[in-house]
Amino acid sequence: MQFFSYLINGISLGSVYALIALGYTMVYGIAKMLNFAHGDVIMIGSYVVFFAFGSAGLNPVLAIVLSMIVCTVLGVVVERVAYRPLREAPSLAVLITAIGVSYLLQQVAQLSWSSNPKSFTSVVSGMQPVSLFGGQLTISAETIVTIIACVVIMIVLMWFVNYTPAGHAMLAVSEDRGAAQLMGVNVNGTISLTFAIGSALAAVAGALLCSSYPTLQPTTGAMPGIKAFVAAVFGGIGSIPGAFVGGILLGIIENLSKAYISTQLSDAIVFLVLVVVLIVKPTGLLGKKVNVKV
Amino acid sequence: MKKLVSSVLAASMVLSLAACGSSASSAAESTAASSEASSTAATAEAGEGSGTYTGTPIKIGGIGPITGGAAVYGQAVKNAEELAVKEINAANGSDVFEWKFEDDEHDAEKSVNAYNTLKDWGLQILAGPVTTTPSLAVAAETANDNMFMMTPSASAVDVINTGDNVFQICFTDPNQGVASADYIADNQLATKVGIIYDSSDAYSRGIHDKFQAEAAEKGLEIVADEAFTADNKSDLSTQVAKCQEAGADLVFLPIYYQEASQILIVANKTGYTPTFFGCDGMDGILAIEGFDTSLAEGLMLLTPFAADAQDEKTQAFVTAYVDAYGDTPNQFAADAYDVIYAIYEAVLAGNINGDMDASEICEVLKTQFTSMSFDGLTGEGMTWDASGAVSKSPKAVVIKDGAYAAM
Repeated sequence: MQFFSYLINGISLGSVYALIALGYTMVYGIAKMLNFAHGDVIMIGSYVVFFAFGSAGLNPVLAIVLSMIVCTVLGVVVERVAYRPLREAPSLAVLITAIGVSYLLQQVAQLSWSSNPKSFTSVVSGMQPVSLFGGQLTISAETIVTIIACVVIMIVLMWFVNYTPAGHAMLAVSEDRGAAQLMGVNVNGTISLTFAIGSALAAVAGALLCSSYPTLQPTTGAMPGIKAFVAAVFGGIGSIPGAFVGGILLGIIENLSKAYISTQLSDAIVFLVLVVVLIVKPTGLLGKKVNVKV
Repeated sequence: MKKLVSSVLAASMVLSLAACGSSASSAAESTAASSEASSTAATAEAGEGSGTYTGTPIKIGGIGPITGGAAVYGQAVKNAEELAVKEINAANGSDVFEWKFEDDEHDAEKSVNAYNTLKDWGLQILAGPVTTTPSLAVAAETANDNMFMMTPSASAVDVINTGDNVFQICFTDPNQGVASADYIADNQLATKVGIIYDSSDAYSRGIHDKFQAEAAEKGLEIVADEAFTADNKSDLSTQVAKCQEAGADLVFLPIYYQEASQILIVANKTGYTPTFFGCDGMDGILAIEGFDTSLAEGLMLLTPFAADAQDEKTQAFVTAYVDAYGDTPNQFAADAYDVIYAIYEAVLAGNINGDMDASEICEVLKTQFTSMSFDGLTGEGMTWDASGAVSKSPKAVVIKDGAYAAM
């Protein structure tokens, strides 16, 4: 029974990774850049929820919607100001800029809200945990909400990309930016839209991350952001189901190795698995192999 | 990149040259000023009687994080040092100390910069830094300069091992581990003990290792020994679940209060209610914004200071601190207050004068500290050995109704 409890904790952590990884992977797939500031957008989103829900006592759903709006604006502005001027620049320049934006957001948060940790009130604190098998297995409300939210968001995203005109534009830009532009696709608009969606997801991920793991600091988003990036690579970067699978697996491996091998070694094991997967399948679990014609 | 590095190096060399120059000139200035000061001091002495200080004010400086993640500690130390210096100067009638405090944001590099800034100002005794990692870096510098350094709260053994000029007023980490195990065993708080610690942090690991060894000797059974690192601390539920599964009736948390608060929340969610026991890093848990302090009810921690102790000394300090800063002082404040008073006693006993240079003062203070006994807020009859480690007895407090209560 204890095994299931570890497994569920792992899935819960994995769902948060997956939510963050969806943002990474969409931006990578379409804009071909690694947005390292994604983790910090999550942190900003969490602070918005903390103040709107925890301090001002707003309805949790409204607080999350507000946070999504703030993050969307932030994501689009960051894209417009920092990334768009570098559209034709070498990818290394964009990468360094993304790291710069990440530090900028962290420092701004530190100046605005100080780096003293805040204890985040769970957005689903009104809900009771579910007890199974006569109380032997308890699943917290946060876990259930996180898993459901993650699955729903993934399905909606897949539908959006595959069945709407804007989604088709995204696929086109992702396949060949130049050709898409020639065919009349608004490339800049599409990339902005991608950032908007990714950042709105970050707001949801932030609220759920901090509900499950309640310490909120300006560096809160940094490490989960890196882990989610690993999850995205693990599942095959650029692939939406890949981000989902990668995130969930990463969470499960991390938690089970903590539970059954060693809490001291869990990170080493997680990254070892990543290395092995990338050796065997360099494009990640669900990544597409791209044939380059010469 | 190379160019940048070399220009930074060049700039720092120029700065350090400037530091030498200015300290020499300020020494000259202070001798000039001293005749003036001593005349006023002489009149004060006539009124006060024996034991008062009549020389040039001694420049004492503090370093600590006023901003950043560890600001709780730095702010407390800064306030308490300021309070102690004001009290001493007022009681003496003329200034004994001139005091200055620099921010280091709990960063080793910034701490060394802060130390250099203080040296430019003419620093003669250092009462800091506050946290361990910066203290290690600064201790290396002070050892080179033979500058007397006493840290209120950097508790790693490596800090005092850096040089014989470095002293601590807090317990060393291993001492906290040993004292915790002794306390738990002697008061029969538990038979089955779980530990959750941060294996990526020197402070946490130091306490953990000693605790483990001492617990084995005292017959405490460690049923779960779990770790996390700075990189995977967002999810601590598995560590808590393993302690619960192993049936630990006491969980020892030699970690800082941020992670501890998270553990308390997780344990509350899964309905696990052991006794939680922490060390001085736990101090501050009641001040986290948004944290439900009822979860910390019954939490025990080893700390040399409890603000609600009834003795006269503590009461006077707490009242003065609350009046000045509007906040109840924590253990770091008490440690810092003791540092200033201990240095003051040693200054009087050793006939130290502000005209002496930092290295001379350091030599006198070293002899004084290794031979004196000091009664402070954080312990009676404190003594120091040649390594700079303090010997005093630990006290434990328990959190009751959202405040510390003596046990």
